[in-house]
Amino acid sequence: MNERETGEGTPAILDETIELTLSELCRASGLPADHIIALVEEGIIEPRGDVRSWRFSGICVRRVRRVYSMERDLGVNLAGAALAIDLLEEVERLQARLRRLEGD
Amino acid sequence: MEYKDYYQILGLKRDVAQDEIKRAYRKLARKYHPDVSKEEDAETHFKEVNEAYEVLKDPEKRAAYDQLGNQWNAGQDFRPPPDWDQGFEFHGGGYTEVDPEAFSDFFESLFGHAGFSHGGFGGHAHGARGGHRFHAHGNNTYAKIAIEIEDSYHGATRQITLKHSELGADGKPRIRERKLNVKIPKGVTEGQQIRLAGQGEPGVGEGKPGDLFLEIHFNPHGRYRVEGATVYLTLPLAPWEAALGAKIPLDTPGGRINLTIPPNSKTGGKLRLKGRGLPAKVPGDLFVVLDIVAPPANTDAEKAAYQAFSKAFAFNPRGYSTDRRDV
Repeated sequence: MNERETGEGTPAILDETIELTLSELCRASGLPADHIIALVEEGIIEPRGDVRSWRFSGICVRRVRRVYSMERDLGVNLAGAALAIDLLEEVERLQARLRRLEGD
Repeated sequence: MEYKDYYQILGLKRDVAQDEIKRAYRKLARKYHPDVSKEEDAETHFKEVNEAYEVLKDPEKRAAYDQLGNQWNAGQDFRPPPDWDQGFEFHGGGYTEVDPEAFSDFFESLFGHAGFSHGGFGGHAHGARGGHRFHAHGNNTYAKIAIEIEDSYHGATRQITLKHSELGADGKPRIRERKLNVKIPKGVTEGQQIRLAGQGEPGVGEGKPGDLFLEIHFNPHGRYRVEGATVYLTLPLAPWEAALGAKIPLDTPGGRINLTIPPNSKTGGKLRLKGRGLPAKVPGDLFVVLDIVAPPANTDAEKAAYQAFSKAFAFNPRGYSTDRRDV
């Protein structure tokens, strides 16, 4: 076992202000372009601009990975994963609100 | 090394029909999937369930596993008998489509050694192929990290332990642990990812290493709640502080402030401190939620005070008059 310092300054936050091209998103998510395109067609991620100059927001990386791992591990298809991720994000919002209101 | 009871992990009997294995697996996979589950230790359970399914779904591997016998108990110290796998051929390779890092030493010792062909070994190609050098980017690594809310306010350095599979000098894959000190950038919010360039798996040949993506989660906090970049904290007040107004010293995640409570504040009322939430690119606000706490009346003096209180106010908290008898 060894220890490493990241040593490259503070890592970047993949938030809404980060813009990724299609190939950057492929590389970040470790998935081929046709898979990303299928996610766009399903409305799971929404790039800005037209096909040739698509720009994806940094938060797409996590969405893409979550949808991919649900497809891979749970045997759901893309439409099912799309529905699941919308519901999961809603549940996360509601849970944060519930924690605040219940105060525990 | 500990013996793993793959049947027990999937909640099955040893003589279960092949088609029931998939059903049991799917159910548990949904329950423990780290992207879906809110269960405690979901990820650990999910890995176990996957490993069990990896073996039991494949009739060849299942048969090989079965002939280890049923005298073993889960967690018992285990060494595979020599040549235990003789006569078995594993067409699917040791690992199929799952992350090999996730599997236990037990699995590794049975199905992971060089005797098997490594079918889809997570994109790891051998260094040389057909006489010419082969280069490939290393895979990205995706993991989660739990931090404190204060870490997002001030930035912090946190240590995480990652497991990687690597090809050793002998061409066999092995699992290596490494510790990494991660700088947490200021202003991260729950569920966001941060990217650490070059901290994923090593590349092959002259290929660059992959990146590490860490998903941020906050540990529950005794005083603060977070929604996005907005932070809430509850401030208990005595009735007289709320009624008369007060200046109250208050520890916020961004430091101590003197908070002015306006007169006649109500329970549940929120005071907004603009920009004092998480310092994201668009900084969040901090809301102080007021909670008026009435002291109990125990001593005679306290009871007298409440009685004087009652006389001084023509106050009915239920909003309608109890004198009305006409309803």
